[in-house]
Amino acid sequence: MARAEMTEADVQAWVGRELEDPPGDIVCERGYILHWLEATENANPLYWDELLAKRTTGGFVAPPSMLSAWMRPLQFVPGRTEKRMPLSLHFALKQALDLPEGIVAYNEMTLGVPVRPGDRIRTTQRIREISEPKTRRLGTGRSWIIDVTYTNQDGDVAGVETYEMFAYKREQSS
Amino acid sequence: MNVQPGDALPRLDVKVTARMVIMGASSSRDWQPQHHDHDWAVNRAGTRDIFLNTPNQAGWIERYLTDWTGPLGRLGKMRFRMRRSICTGDALAFEGVVRSVSTDAAGCSWADVDVMLMVGEERATECVARVAIPGDDADNPWKRSGASWTPDAMGPLELASQRKD
Repeated sequence: MARAEMTEADVQAWVGRELEDPPGDIVCERGYILHWLEATENANPLYWDELLAKRTTGGFVAPPSMLSAWMRPLQFVPGRTEKRMPLSLHFALKQALDLPEGIVAYNEMTLGVPVRPGDRIRTTQRIREISEPKTRRLGTGRSWIIDVTYTNQDGDVAGVETYEMFAYKREQSS
Repeated sequence: MNVQPGDALPRLDVKVTARMVIMGASSSRDWQPQHHDHDWAVNRAGTRDIFLNTPNQAGWIERYLTDWTGPLGRLGKMRFRMRRSICTGDALAFEGVVRSVSTDAAGCSWADVDVMLMVGEERATECVARVAIPGDDADNPWKRSGASWTPDAMGPLELASQRKD
């Protein structure tokens, strides 16, 4: 449907829409965990001392807050012609509403089983609500809430995240 | 771990650099340009500069909490609202106060902690987190799973600014 023809009912029809993304391109692995620890200057010995990790968690785990890293697709894969986006339902809604910019305003995460090296994470996303049009300092657009469930290859829930997005158009955006 | 409501966590000061912002985006695999491209951030997204992305803020908050709990602390639940972008050049300070301490039906001890990410006098990000802490010398929250790991058991978390009580 052309964007100009979208009625409020068309917009609200996105509420409840669910999408399952394929498993992430990146399998949980130690090198990426180290990069995360480097970026957050995290000296927690649980992530550096293998004996302590073995005793405490049965082996190295990823920091729980790292959850979303495992679902983000590679920017290049040989032979892949379509561009994959993380949180693809969010980007599909942005495109449908012609709102090119977006920020995250709010995040909530509830954590389940730890993610361990070798785990591959997939997500199911669902739009919970979409606001009326609103104008903020950054521009005019809408906010929406999207719930994301992360599961490992065994079907165990590693976590559930909720994002409140604000997608907008600046006056000079095209 | 002996924790009481009202306990203050040690303050953590961090100078936000471009490297920190970009490394945070890279380590969370977030290639949205506002987290690495100054020109895009300023002229397209309308922000002051490139800014810390959401997962990296979550990572810093978790690191701040486990600096305090030690390795047996296990993050169970967290919510945060980003009220202003945290940009390159900002002097960022983490401050935290224990809101409550409780034990759920499975015997897991939880500390709910208010965490503020301050830039100057301004609350850039407001957070509340629920962290499992050892209830006694034999307890290890990381060994919990299934019915013994229920971060929602003690009810929803509300940001300090949203609380009615």
